[in-house]
Amino acid sequence: MPTLVVAGHGMVAHRLVEAVRAEDPSGSWHIVVLSEEPRPAYDRVALTSYVDTWDPATLALPGSDYAGDSVVDLRLGELAVSVDRSSKTVTTASGDVVSYDALVLATGSRPFVPPVPGHDLDGCFVYRTIEDLDRIRAAAVDKPGRGRRSAVVIGGGLLGLEAAKALRDMGLSPHVVEMAPRLMPLQVDEGGGALLRRLITNLDVTVHTGTSTDAIEADGSRLLAKLGNGTELDVDLVVFSAGVRPRDDLARQSGLDLGPRGGVLTDASCRTSDPAIYAIGECAAVEGRVYGIVAPGYAMAEIVAAQLTGGAGTFPEPDTSTKLKLMGVDVASFGDAHAQSEGALEVAVNDAVAGTYKKLVVTDDGKTLLGGVLVGDATEYNTLRALVGRPLPAEPGAILAPAGGGAAVGVDALPDAAQICSCNAVSKGAITNAIHEDGCDTVPKLKACTRAGTACGSCVPLLGKLLSAAGVEQSKAVCEHFPQSRAELFEIVQATRITTFSELIGRYGSGSGCAICKPAVASILATLGNGHVLGGEQMTLQDTNDRYLANLQRNGTYSVVPRIPGGEITPDKLIVIGEVARDFGLYTKITGGQRIDLFGATVDQLPLIWRRLVDAGFESGHAYGKALRTVKSCVGSTWCRYGVQDSVGLAIELELRYRGLRSPHKLKSAVSGCARECAEARSKDFGIIATENGWNLYVGGNGGTTPRHAELLVSDVDTATLIRTIDRFLMFYVRTADRLQRTAPWIEELEGGLDHLRAVIVDDSLGICEDLDAAMVKHVDNYADEWKGVLEDPEKLARFTSFVNAPGTPDPAISFRSERQQKVPVMLGVPEVRR
Amino acid sequence: MTTSIQRTWTAICPAGAVPEHAGVAALLDGGVQVAIFRLPGDRFFALSNWDPCSGAAVLSRGIVGDADGVPVVASPVYKERFALETGRCLDAPDVSVPVYEVRVREGVVEVESP
Ligand code: SRM
Ligand SMILES: Cc1cc2nc3c(=O)[nH]c(=O)nc-3n(C[C@H](O)[C@H](O)[C@H](O)COP(=O)(O)OP(=O)(O)OC[C@H]3O[C@@H](n4cnc5c(N)ncnc54)[C@H](O)[C@@H]3O)c2cc1C
Ligand code: SF4
Ligand code: FES
Repeated sequence: MPTLVVAGHGMVAHRLVEAVRAEDPSGSWHIVVLSEEPRPAYDRVALTSYVDTWDPATLALPGSDYAGDSVVDLRLGELAVSVDRSSKTVTTASGDVVSYDALVLATGSRPFVPPVPGHDLDGCFVYRTIEDLDRIRAAAVDKPGRGRRSAVVIGGGLLGLEAAKALRDMGLSPHVVEMAPRLMPLQVDEGGGALLRRLITNLDVTVHTGTSTDAIEADGSRLLAKLGNGTELDVDLVVFSAGVRPRDDLARQSGLDLGPRGGVLTDASCRTSDPAIYAIGECAAVEGRVYGIVAPGYAMAEIVAAQLTGGAGTFPEPDTSTKLKLMGVDVASFGDAHAQSEGALEVAVNDAVAGTYKKLVVTDDGKTLLGGVLVGDATEYNTLRALVGRPLPAEPGAILAPAGGGAAVGVDALPDAAQICSCNAVSKGAITNAIHEDGCDTVPKLKACTRAGTACGSCVPLLGKLLSAAGVEQSKAVCEHFPQSRAELFEIVQATRITTFSELIGRYGSGSGCAICKPAVASILATLGNGHVLGGEQMTLQDTNDRYLANLQRNGTYSVVPRIPGGEITPDKLIVIGEVARDFGLYTKITGGQRIDLFGATVDQLPLIWRRLVDAGFESGHAYGKALRTVKSCVGSTWCRYGVQDSVGLAIELELRYRGLRSPHKLKSAVSGCARECAEARSKDFGIIATENGWNLYVGGNGGTTPRHAELLVSDVDTATLIRTIDRFLMFYVRTADRLQRTAPWIEELEGGLDHLRAVIVDDSLGICEDLDAAMVKHVDNYADEWKGVLEDPEKLARFTSFVNAPGTPDPAISFRSERQQKVPVMLGVPEVRR
Repeated sequence: MTTSIQRTWTAICPAGAVPEHAGVAALLDGGVQVAIFRLPGDRFFALSNWDPCSGAAVLSRGIVGDADGVPVVASPVYKERFALETGRCLDAPDVSVPVYEVRVREGVVEVESP
């Protein structure tokens, strides 16, 4: 059996092996993969997200360990050191000699470290592998510190900004130094660069452009970076991100031709100057050109796999578009972003107020799109990128007009050949084909079938739109155990008066349930008033927060949030909270919701803490529940010289009325005493703003991930009308929304939108208002404090122990250190995943 | 020569202390934490309580259910599911947690000592 040796196991090598195995299921090639890194290929493109979890498993590429495939021999931690072309062998660092019939070099790149004096001091790092990040973390975290730690990133390109983001997420203050006059010089133009700089600076990253780094010097345990413009930066660590260089050492050593600027020279079919050797990915110089992104590498892998399995192929014109979200700032460039084609025209709109910059590059007749740059808002990136080389659906100026006024570019406008997923080169035609011919009716099925959406994920929203455009109704099933939507389950439970999960799943579902349907059903049972949320079987349905009536923290401890209605609290009660926090050693913080959060309680401490709080007159704040959180208030007419109504009084009344109401997602509210809106009511699920004559009610607002302003539902109403309208609004939402759908997306998806909502709850167009009113009365009448319920019931109390066989012993794995005179959790290192 | 493997068992709690469709944690010698789960029909399972995906010892507090009929517990932290029978993680390739033998003797749950 002939042997294929692959040197390197990065993303591109993995794609090659996958493609060869797919084309050659009978296994006519024996495949040996030599991987320098100690783990199988992982998603390097997403490397920065490693900082969120420090869990390498989150970067895993599916199937990259080839478990169960006897044809592939993956040797981890095995560097290829030399190639002997005459004997067709590769020698590894451990001394193994492996014969090949075909050899593929997929060795990627190495970070380029400019030879500035001091570049090799302790505390200088590069940014390419999981191990690099672990090292940076160790240096950032372990250093005994004074104040906030800082770092400098040398290089303000795509990678440099990613590194800055990672450092910021680790809690350091980053500086970025870029030699060019703007950030991301390769991707964005001057206008985009200026805006990008402003947006990035706002995010606590200090940007130095147009200057070199002359030296790094050690200064005690710190480093001094001396810049060409005279600035000296006193930092804890330095990350070099000044570009990459192809790893062409094997080619150099064995005498293969190299590209003019390095890289293993190949022809358009990725063959090197030795016909038995191919080069793919970042180490290859295809017809002399090296590519530093993954999509062209994937294309090379497919071409070589085709040749190895009896087909043919040449490298297509690559798509070098990029889109990234850096610290929440969208940056995208596509096609001929710098208008280098002959006669290309640029149309740009720089909106300083909105913080967006958009440029389209078009042909001289303005009709065909050639490329573009988007900064600050790249919502249209996928559609525009897919239109490159094609007629524009509207005037360029109209497409660039600010949201609302612009001519929307929908998926319908795209021709079949338009590329939807640039990472995997999947066209719109291929996707619609998979929908119609292969019966892919969900996004996950489309991903599995076409590979679209499996790399950077930025095209996933378009997959959903294509499904809808093809008339495929996307399943509303709650999960594999219930074919019904949440709203349907709600109706079933209400109509049948079923009171247990077991009965519901037995009659209307299948299997034994899961972490998706159990909490959803628990919430429905609770809304319809079925006793204490931990009563009987209900306890086993609750997510950990609801099961312990507290919020789980990263180290397995919980936080405690007593309700402080409207944010109003007496000095005596404040003192009780202080005493409880002190006596139990809890980290204490004022939340964004006008109340106080006490962190670091173990399971065993929760009832003891709540005993004290309940005795002092506190109740559960439901910070853990999909339920009403807070009704924020401003100080209102009682004190404020502008206030026109008593906003605090109303906020307290509303918070007490709706406390404990279980809903599809959390509910937030606020009341402002006048139009100045100090309580930020329009960012809430229901927000109230006082008027001279009464109240204005706004609904469907959201902060969080996708902010949305609440819209005016009714105006100038009296308090009784206001409360009746909110009662109905909440009950209608609770019955008809999907699980984990907040009011904002619910209203957006509601057929007929706000007008329909108004018709239902104000004009009673469906004749259900009486029912909704009665349901809310029942909720208000049945409310009882959940924590009091636990303290009164020995059976429920007994569940609050860390160990069933050692009650009273707290989890020994939990430990704390001190920061700013309070305790904070110590995580026991990077979670090491067992294999 | 034959070697016989000697199992030693640690008594944990009365069977009734483990609620059906849920789990409890137990502390063994040497600080080892075990999560014990119970399904209907007096089926007991024991896994390490330590969640490799989050680094917290919390698996006993997860929601128990099934995935395509395979009994699983979902970590309460980031919701990865672990098969109760094998300890294998369904949501992260190559990740698994140790499983322990568990039995009920005269109404008492016992776990094999590690
Ligand atoms: C404590 C607090 C931060 C703080 O120290 O200020 C906080 C903490 C958490 N927030 Fe928040 N949020 C807090 C105010 C907010 C606010 C501001 C506000 O309410 O005025 C927002 C934006 C407003 C909004 O929700 O529209 C906010 C938007 C979120 C979101 C995003 C929601 C969205 O619709 O996009 C999540 C995630 C989720 O719920 O799925 C979240 C989730 C969380 C969780 C529950 C994450 C988790 O699962 O562990 C945090 C746990 C809290 C704990 O352990 O006690 N938190 N969170 C604030 C508690 C307020 C309170 O007293 O109850
Ligand atoms: C932080 C970051 C963000 C990125 N973001 C994007 C992005 O948004 N979009 C995009 O398209 N691209 C992005 N990239 C670039 C992308 O990751 C690369 O283009 C891609 O990984 C290249 O794949 P490769 O397989 O050619 O090389 P690599 O992934 O570098 O893999 C090569 C492997 O070969 C090993 N190796 C080298 N020499 C030997 C040898 N002699 N013997 C054995 N093994 C060897 C190396 O250790 C390495 O594991 C990003 C890169 C980084 C670091
Ligand atoms: S408190 Fe809110 S914003 Fe802060 S880390 Fe937690 S979820 Fe994120
Ligand atoms: S565009 Fe990156 S996964 Fe589709």
